[in-house]
This record gives sequence, structure tokens and C-alpha cells, in this order.
Amino acid sequence: MNIEWYVVLSSLLFAVGAMGILLRRSPIVILLCLELMLNAGNLALVAFSQMVGNQQGQVFAIVVMVVAACEVVVGLGLIVAIFRRKLPLDVDSLRELKG
Amino acid sequence: MSATAWAWLVLLFPLLGSIVIGLGFKVIPTRAAGIVGTASIGLAFACGVAMLVNLLGQDPDARHHASSLWDYASAAGLDIKLGVYVDQLSTFMVLVVTGVSTLIHLYSFGYMRSDEGYHRFFSYLNFFVFSMLLLVLAGNFVLLIVGWAFVGFASYALISFWYRRTTATGAGMKAFVINVVGDIGLVLAAFLIFRELGTFDYGAVFAKAPQAFSTNEWTVTAICLLLLLGAFAKSAQLPLHTWLPDAMEGPTPVSALIHAATMVTAGVYLIARTHVLFVLAPTAADIAAFTGLATLLVAGTIALVMTDLKRAIAYSTMSQIGYMVVGVSIGAYSAGMFHLMTHAFFKALLFMAAGSIIAAMANEQSIDKMSGFGRAMRFTSIAMLCGGLALAAFPFTSGFFSKDEILAYATARGGMYLIFTVLGYVGALLTAIYTFRLIFRVLPGKPCPEAQELIDSGHVHHAHPFNPATGEEEDAEVGFPGAEHHIAEQSAPMRIAMGVLAFLALFGGLVQVPGVDETITRFLDPVFADSPLSEIVPTVGASWTGLAIGAAISLTGIGIAYWVYVLRPGASAALIRRLRPVHTLLVNKWYFDEAIDLLVVRPALAIGRFANRTFERVVVDGLVVGTEDVVGSGGRVVRLVQSGYVRAYALLLIVGFAGLALYFLLSSS
Repeated sequence: MNIEWYVVLSSLLFAVGAMGILLRRSPIVILLCLELMLNAGNLALVAFSQMVGNQQGQVFAIVVMVVAACEVVVGLGLIVAIFRRKLPLDVDSLRELKG
Repeated sequence: MSATAWAWLVLLFPLLGSIVIGLGFKVIPTRAAGIVGTASIGLAFACGVAMLVNLLGQDPDARHHASSLWDYASAAGLDIKLGVYVDQLSTFMVLVVTGVSTLIHLYSFGYMRSDEGYHRFFSYLNFFVFSMLLLVLAGNFVLLIVGWAFVGFASYALISFWYRRTTATGAGMKAFVINVVGDIGLVLAAFLIFRELGTFDYGAVFAKAPQAFSTNEWTVTAICLLLLLGAFAKSAQLPLHTWLPDAMEGPTPVSALIHAATMVTAGVYLIARTHVLFVLAPTAADIAAFTGLATLLVAGTIALVMTDLKRAIAYSTMSQIGYMVVGVSIGAYSAGMFHLMTHAFFKALLFMAAGSIIAAMANEQSIDKMSGFGRAMRFTSIAMLCGGLALAAFPFTSGFFSKDEILAYATARGGMYLIFTVLGYVGALLTAIYTFRLIFRVLPGKPCPEAQELIDSGHVHHAHPFNPATGEEEDAEVGFPGAEHHIAEQSAPMRIAMGVLAFLALFGGLVQVPGVDETITRFLDPVFADSPLSEIVPTVGASWTGLAIGAAISLTGIGIAYWVYVLRPGASAALIRRLRPVHTLLVNKWYFDEAIDLLVVRPALAIGRFANRTFERVVVDGLVVGTEDVVGSGGRVVRLVQSGYVRAYALLLIVGFAGLALYFLLSSS
């Protein structure tokens, strides 16, 4: 199959994730959209690796998955902490760290 | 023991005394502090005598020794040693300084007995003598500057001794500041000497100077003028003299010690010590001589009208130092030093007598209010008369021989230098008049109330202590010498000190009678043998002619004073009325204070005010506040980006990366 399809799919996924982050206010959905963007990247990496014919891209994709797992742990931990404090689950109202 | 070992001991004892009294003031009983202080200077004098004996046992031309204890700074091309230089000149100065200081310590022992700051006083006094001896014995210019600055500090501390008196602290600061002006001159001179000759050491400098400099070359003239700046500030010569009369705010023994006998002669010593340089710079030497001449005349005229007893004597000191400066500048080195010695005797004596009278007047210093002390205080009066006779150069007293020797030399040198003879005699006439003006106004006549009280009850008059200058109340703890006042009649130490000085003032000149003994000239001559000016020697006949003229002038002056102040009591008031402008000029001390105020103090203050109000506010504040504003407003703008909306951050991130990606895409194609 032609490489363009993979790239187009990856770009679309990335754009969907980015738009989700920009438009949604729930931290859980933002976290999901982040995952989506990471996986879009992974898809591109694997596709290009297949095209070039060496395994480096696939190894890189596995590293990205590890990082994504870590990030989910931290992100969900934060969300649980927010929930425990009975704070609103809304990123726009959690803005005390402004300059 | 060698002469230099004695010299180190001379330095050691006053320093030790100062430290022991200064640190042990809680342990040492009050009387003991005075004894320690006096004894340490006495021991220094004894060591000075031993040094003299040691030198006398050597060949006259080999009587100079240098010794150093350790290196102060040692580097390539620079070798400053902590060293002393012992020769006839420094030995002479050591003997004068320690001898007179011992007597003044003895006098203070009685005079300051009721002062609360007794320990402090003797500690300062010993420190002062140490500094002066360091100045005199120093073997190089660096150590000379150290001693020079120490003396300035000691002077400040002693003038401001009664520190609750605003006039005293002001006078102390004035003396310190003017002395620092001189210090700057001295330091710059030392730098120039080092640049030209590569050494600070006396021996090396004076050996190299004649080869290194041609006569009147600008460098050597500059060195000499800078040295003169130091000498003039220390020796109260025009126009740096205004601190000396103000320094009379200090206790009277301080006036006697510093401002008559020792410190103010440092400038004379400096000129004599560096005479090798002044021979190479005749212009500078002439400037020094003319300044001395101007000082002796100006100070003499001011002394004619001063009504403050101590200030009148202070102006007389300035005038006499003018003679010394003239002497050592025109080449009459040993005559100048001889006058320094006799002046130390009779001026210290006059100050002591004045202190005794002021104590009897309960701190009143105005001679307008004094009279009739001749009957009330016999001993003090006789002492004052002895000092006055010597100061007025009455025939065969010490001042008679010393002053005329300088003038005889000026005559022998001839040419332009005859001015010094003529005006020197005018100064001598002034001296005789103002000296006996003081004596005739204070001693004879109907006793004033204070003197009457002393005659009737035998007790010293007591008054509530007020500062006569400002009228503010004295703090009895640090004010005028304590609750009780002490006069020579009732204090043996004061009497002994004054007795010895009176003897020396009357007969001290007999060591140097032209054509008879000339001890001092013979002793000091080898030091000055390298100066071509020392070959000019007035003949014995010329000297005696000069002495005869001097005697006539002295007697005339005393006669005028007698006529004006005793025979015609109204004459002085009539003279003041007739010569109102002159009198106003003199009472205002030729407006020197005002001139310095106008030319130096006010411009300096104006610059300071400009710097504070304009430069500081506009330029400095503008720069600092401007920088702060720029950073602050920049911060305010950037802070807006930190909105706290996570989604906004995400948008920035994405837009930024997209922008970067676009840029690289466009630039790669």
C-alpha cells in the first residue's frame, strides 16, 4: 500500500487529537486526545520504518508507548487528586497558576 | 649599645606607655596613669641622651646610622624597610621632642588632675609623642608618612579631647582635614621621588638626587613643592594655618605640647631633612622662604589684636615657625633648628603660664577680663615673664640668640635675601610688642575679681563652667579640666616643669653664642655639609652687629608696649579708633577663614549639592529608574500570556510548532 495513506491517516488522527485538546475542557478527554496524538505519531513512525526497511522507527514507537504509559499514570493521578479535593473537573477553572 | 638600638628604645617607651595606659585604664589607678605616662617619656629622653653620648663618641662625619628591624614590603625594585635613621639632626629633634614632652607630661600630671578622662589623656599624649618620634627617626619616606599621619590623628584626638564641646570637635576636624591636605602633598612627593630615583630610603635618595636632577629641573621642583604642601599644613604656614588657632580648643598642655613645641615643627624638620632636594630646587626653597616671611608678618600682626590669651600665643607660634621656615629654606639650617629648640622652651613655658592663669580665671580666656595677676600668682607671673622675655628676644635670653642668627645668615647671604633681614626685624618688633601687650595687660594693674579672690582666700575662683566661645554649658565629665582647677602655685609638678623651662628659656641660648661656643652649629654642621649654602657663614662681627640691632628692636618693642598699655591706658583704644579698618582686618585674621570658605568650602559644597540634586536625581536616578521601568513594563506585557488557561498554552504550542514546521518546509524547498 502506498505510504501517503498512512501519512494522511496519521495527520488526521493528530489533527483530531489537537482539536480535542483545544476544544474540550474535561481533563480526562484531554488526556485521551493526547493519547490519540501520540498514537498518530506512532503510526507515522511505524509506516516510515516499513517504507525505509529498517527497524529503528518501530523501536522508537515502543519507546513512545512507554512514555505515553508514564504520562497517563501521571495524568490520571492528577485527575484523581483533583477529584478527591472536590475541585471541578474543568481545565478552564483550574487556572490558579497564572502569571 | 649602638646609637640605633637606643633609637629603637626611644620609640618603644612612649608606644608601650600609650598601650599600657590605654588598655589598662580600668586597672591602673588614676595617679599611676600619670606617672606611667610621664615616666615613659622620661625614659625615652634618657635613651635620647644615651644616643647623643653614643654619637659624640664617634667621628663627626661618621655620625649617621641606619638600622631596620624587618622588611615592610619587599618586591622587585621596591624595598621598604621598617628602619630608623640616626644622625645629628634626628638626635637633636629626639632630644627636643622628648625633653619638652617630659616636662609637659609633668605639667599635665598636675593640671589635668581633676579631669575624668585622665587615662585617655595620657594615653593620647604618649601616642602623640611616639608618632612624633617615629616621624623624626624614620629612615625612609614611607615610615615618615606613617609617623606624619599618626601625628595628624593624635592632634585630632587631643584637640577634640573634650568631645562634648561642639567647638572642640569642630576644631579637631578642621585640623585633621587641613593636615590631610598636607599628607596628600607628602604622599605625592614620595611617589614622585620613587618614580625618579627608584627608592624611598633617605640615604639612597640623598645620594642619588644630585646626579639624577639638574638644578631647578621641573621634577625636583615639583617634589619640593609637594613636600612644602605637607610642611605648610603641618607647620601652620599660609594659607594652611587656620587650624592652629582653632586648635586652642584642646586642653592647655596639648596646646603647649603639639601646637607649640613639637608637632608644628615637623614641617621645619622635613625641610631641613630634605635640604639636599631644596638645594637642587632653589625656586621651591625661595617660595618656602617667602611663605615663611609672609606667615611671620601676618601672624605677628594678628597676634597684636587677639584678645583670647591662648589664641594670641598661637599666632605667635605661627609667626616664630615662620622664622624657622625662613631659616631652613634660605640655608641657615642649624640656626633654624636652634630657633626650633629655643622656641620649644619658651613657647611651652608661655602656654603653661597661660594655662595656669586660665585655670585661675575658671576657664575665661579673654585678656580683657584679666588684670593684676602679678600679685595674685607670683610664680606663674615670673614664669610668664621669662617666657615673654625670651620670645621678645630680650638681650641674652634664648630667643635673642636664635632669632638673630637666622637674620644674620640672611644678611650674610646678601642680595635678595636682605629682604628677610629687614622684614625679619620688623617681625621681631611686632613680636616684642604683642608679647608684652599680653604681659602688661594680664600681670600688672588692679587685680580683677578672680585674682582678688585668689589673693584674699587663697582659693581658685569657681564659676559655673560655660564654654566662652559659644556660651553652652560644659559637661563636667568631659569638659574643662574637671570640677577643680589647678594653678602652678598649688601644684608641685606644674611648678617643677615651669621652673625647668623658665631656666632653659632664659639661659638655653648660651650654648650657641656667636664667636664663643656655637655648640649647636658645630654639632649639626656635618648633616648639612653637602649643601653649598652652608659655606656661607656670617662673621662673628656681623653676628654681633645683628644681635645689637635685635636687642635695640626688642627693647623698643617692649618700650612701645609699656607706653601703650601701662603709661597711657587709653592709647590702645584711641589707636583702634584711629585705625578702625586695619583693626577690623586684623581682628578677622586677615579674612583667611572667610577666603578659604569662599574659595574651597563653598565650591566644594556647591559641587556636592549639584551632584546630589541634579546629577544624582536626573542622571543616576534616571538610569536606574529607567532600567527598572523598561524591565518592569516588559514583564507586565509578557505576564499577560500566562493566563492560566491550559488550552491557550496548548494552542500557542501547536501554533508555534506549526509555524516552525512551515518555516522549515518553506526554507528547504
